[in-house]
Amino acid sequence: MQTDKNGAAPRSMQRRKLMIGAAALALGMAAMPRLGLAQTPPTSEVNTTGLAVTDDTVKVGILHSITGTMAISETGSVQAEKLAIKQINDMGGVLGRKIEFTQEDGASDWPTFAEKAKKLLVEDKVAAVFGCWTSASRKAVLPVFEQYNGMLYYPTFYEGLEESPNVIYTGQEATQQILAGLDWVAKEKGAKSFYLLGSDYIWPRTSNKIARKHIEDHLGLKVVGEEYYPLGHTQFNSVINKIKLRKPDVIYAIVVGGSNVAFYKQLKAAGIDMTKEKPLLMTISVTEDEIRGIGGENIEGAYATMKYFQSLDNDNNKAFVKAFKDMWGQDIVIGDVTQAAYLGPWLWKAAVEKAGSFDIDKIKEASPGIELTTAPEGYVRIHENHHLWSKTRVGHAKADGQYEVVYETKELMEPDPFPEGYQ
Amino acid sequence: MTPLLNPLKKTELIGFVILAAIIVILLPAVTDAFRLNLVGKYLTYAFVAVGLVLCWGSAGILSLGQGIFFGLGGYCMAMFLKLEASTPEATKIQSTPGIPDFMDWNQVTELPWFWEPFHSFAFTLLAVVAVPAILAFVIGFAMFTRRVGGVYFAIITQAIAAILTILIIGQQGYTGGVNGITDLRTLHGWDIRTDTAKTILYFVNAFLLLGVIALSMLVRSSKLGRILVALRDKEDRVRFSGYDVAAYKIFVFCFAAAISGIGGAMFTLQVGFMSPSFVGIVPSIEMVIYCAVGGRYSLIGAVYGTLLVNWGKTTFSESFPELWLFAMGALFIAVVMAFPNGLAGIYKSHVQPLFKRLATRNSDRRDAPAEAPAAIAE
Amino acid sequence: MFADYSWSELGSIFAMQGFAGLVLFSVFVLMALGLAIIFGQMGVINMAHGEFMILGAYVTYLCSNFFQSTAPALMPISFFIAMVLAFFASGALGMLVEMGLIRFLYKRPLDTLLATWGLSLILQQAYRTIFGAREVGVTLPEWMMGSLPLTDIIEIPINGLIVMAITLAITLAVYLIMFRSRFGAKVRAVVQNRQMAGAVGIDTERVDRFTFGLGCGIAGVAGSAFTMIGSTGPSSGQLYIVDTFLVVVFGGATSLIGTVASAFTISQAQSTMEFFLSGSMAKVLTLLTVVGILMLRPQGLFVLKVRR
Repeated sequence: MQTDKNGAAPRSMQRRKLMIGAAALALGMAAMPRLGLAQTPPTSEVNTTGLAVTDDTVKVGILHSITGTMAISETGSVQAEKLAIKQINDMGGVLGRKIEFTQEDGASDWPTFAEKAKKLLVEDKVAAVFGCWTSASRKAVLPVFEQYNGMLYYPTFYEGLEESPNVIYTGQEATQQILAGLDWVAKEKGAKSFYLLGSDYIWPRTSNKIARKHIEDHLGLKVVGEEYYPLGHTQFNSVINKIKLRKPDVIYAIVVGGSNVAFYKQLKAAGIDMTKEKPLLMTISVTEDEIRGIGGENIEGAYATMKYFQSLDNDNNKAFVKAFKDMWGQDIVIGDVTQAAYLGPWLWKAAVEKAGSFDIDKIKEASPGIELTTAPEGYVRIHENHHLWSKTRVGHAKADGQYEVVYETKELMEPDPFPEGYQ
Repeated sequence: MTPLLNPLKKTELIGFVILAAIIVILLPAVTDAFRLNLVGKYLTYAFVAVGLVLCWGSAGILSLGQGIFFGLGGYCMAMFLKLEASTPEATKIQSTPGIPDFMDWNQVTELPWFWEPFHSFAFTLLAVVAVPAILAFVIGFAMFTRRVGGVYFAIITQAIAAILTILIIGQQGYTGGVNGITDLRTLHGWDIRTDTAKTILYFVNAFLLLGVIALSMLVRSSKLGRILVALRDKEDRVRFSGYDVAAYKIFVFCFAAAISGIGGAMFTLQVGFMSPSFVGIVPSIEMVIYCAVGGRYSLIGAVYGTLLVNWGKTTFSESFPELWLFAMGALFIAVVMAFPNGLAGIYKSHVQPLFKRLATRNSDRRDAPAEAPAAIAE
Repeated sequence: MFADYSWSELGSIFAMQGFAGLVLFSVFVLMALGLAIIFGQMGVINMAHGEFMILGAYVTYLCSNFFQSTAPALMPISFFIAMVLAFFASGALGMLVEMGLIRFLYKRPLDTLLATWGLSLILQQAYRTIFGAREVGVTLPEWMMGSLPLTDIIEIPINGLIVMAITLAITLAVYLIMFRSRFGAKVRAVVQNRQMAGAVGIDTERVDRFTFGLGCGIAGVAGSAFTMIGSTGPSSGQLYIVDTFLVVVFGGATSLIGTVASAFTISQAQSTMEFFLSGSMAKVLTLLTVVGILMLRPQGLFVLKVRR
């Protein structure tokens, strides 16, 4: 961690005061752990709660898996967050303070996530944390963020059923992501029957539950099969045979991780040519990032519904893609979650500036209504429930591993983490 | 074999007292609340490591599925705490109030029958010990009476760990799935999330661990313990001498499982959730490593081993997150290749002779046997 | 569930399902053969088996990239060149590991487990450092990814056929090496009685080294073959390890025929159950059955009678 060494005299005086204040605060907190925070007198205007904010720096945390099975997926998010932080610093930082980050490894292990989250909040006193990927890791850290009052910017599209004041969900929740895509495939492609398939954990199960309700109750169509395989499963021939037997119009696949690669390779090898769209394959779990592992030729012709594709044609996105490639290499690809992770630091900056303070409670209050017109995906706005208003798009996979955007909702979709009628 | 006159050897007692002083006095004095809670978490793994010393070090049974028992104990406690957290008032936004939130998300509308008894704290405490022990009995009975041992036993326990993980993850309406059982708040109305509560729980945990170690020492120094060592070294000879080898093995396996269950329950209390990531293969093997680093024959060493490895893991992953797997892997190999008896072995071969030379006057009788590996190589 | 379908459809589906079962069988045999040699013949528990497989997969990845950029004309056969290279790469690494690690531990089989687990952590991190945390996409020759349509429904995946062919070839090769060659005779002699084998002039250390290398090499070939059906990432090897050990133990560790038989039984059970039940439950039931049978018959299906 680098520290500033060229502070002017009055400044360093002030800083010493601040440090004494922080030390007193720490002692106070140790003595009366539950009351500490609110009662300490303000040491500075922007930081009344003892966060790691100095006159010219502010410390944030990055908490993702860089080892273990989830490192595959989370690498992109880490890169996006670092890029955003760098860009913000180049623009002069937040409230005149440069952002420094402390990175911790969740090691694909949920208890480790909880431990590291606590370390970031309690020991490092970071002003915000950008991190987590799986639902399980978010569930593990959530009580920590609520107890120690931290701010988490969570980038992944996820199952909903959650709304915490201490989290800003920068990815889409399930209804935002799913419904528009199903409407589109029913209307434009005339799909009548669906086969739901997923990896066996909460996000695919909940998403398929919502999909099934929508298909059966709202669209009046048929679900001809629903099935789950353990995470990491690599043999899909049996389910592919079942799909062939039931002849659905749409295979709705929410397979994740290493299973993805096996599933699409075996699907193609079994003679299901997705470009012929008989059946059509629709997924909500395969971003450009995953396609690199699967191989573009193996998934060509599939449709994905998400809010962001690397190929989006707007100026924000072009600048973002260029900056990302300049920083991390020209042959890198950017997926939906990576873009959502990139939004995190920017949304936090906007909230801090609106609140005029780093204090968590003020950021919580300031967050709803914050807009980002520079988002690569276009325009986003934070809803009262701390999720983002965003558009949903349908992409058509091409052999080069990119999606071509074939549909985009006219309006921003409202985030609805507890959807009525879908429970 | 030298007959042991007093049940506990002097050196062991001294080691025990030193360990007690370290975890009850020294660590709480020098660490802040956050780090102390971390140490508390590590110490819950030490329960498993102590169990492994009995199983593996004393009796030669290597189980690669101790995470199962740790996890079961933890789940029992988590079920109780979750039920307490899921009062109808706290869960009134659900379509079925009064059941745990994850059940509601999975369209379970009624509390499953096997959750019902966990409303009772007494039952939960019993289950924390009994559920792992019963499962261990079933596994042990099936295996040991058919004389399955060694490598086979290790791999079968591993497979059972894999099965249980898939089951827990697959039945998420009843178990919380891959997320585990999260958001646990209170124990009989006492908020377990505060720093004070965590400090208290740390001491409860420390004393339980010391108690378990003392109990294990008793087991080891009894006749039973000596038979275990004998059957580790020459199983057939023990059998021919008329002992029921299987019964002894089953006992020690169940005992280790019960201890691990206590560790799991304490883990749930201190960390505030339980997840299937503890039941699987990876944590089970890691726990064997704690035991190996400490020295597989030393109960006290197991605790130090657990603390050392976890401390190393935490520090390494804080300072060099991208390299910690290298360090961990190297540690595994180093322990096996260079220090097969772990910390305890280093202590025996390097530190103890030093003390001996300093205090030659006191050493009037026999040098300490038994704890060191008597004979494993043949 | 079958009421809505015609007989011909059902017939086709069962044919397809039978084929799927055979592919799974081949996959299991490929996974397990290398381990059966190492574990069964040498008593070493190689927890890094999966990582040796992934090394083969990475070699295939490098190889296909190389051919794509420098010699596209050779692309159609690049895969087989890669497979041979994978064998030698994994085999060489295996022999190195044997020299530096395993040979000190023959008298402590359970300790090989810990040491190789450490090795697997190191290898995983090494892959991650070298190739990145993301999965890599292995480009395969175009002709290998298609299928052969027999009827409207029955389509035979070519990669399935290739996996089966490779498995057959490897199994045959292993049989020839172990039971029809001088080297095999030496290996079996060492397994049955190390001292005696040494006494009659067999260089047991050399035999150990080559046996271990052979096992690891086969793992490399398996990994190379699995790029057709699975993912290639730093921790992909972990996906295979439990299944692999179960197949070997279920077959009776010392018997190669047993390994093949157990792979057949487990794969057929799993693929049949997957068809009638949901995927997760099928997996659990398969594992439970295997463990249940192992409890009744701990020595596995086939036992080599050896005087101990």
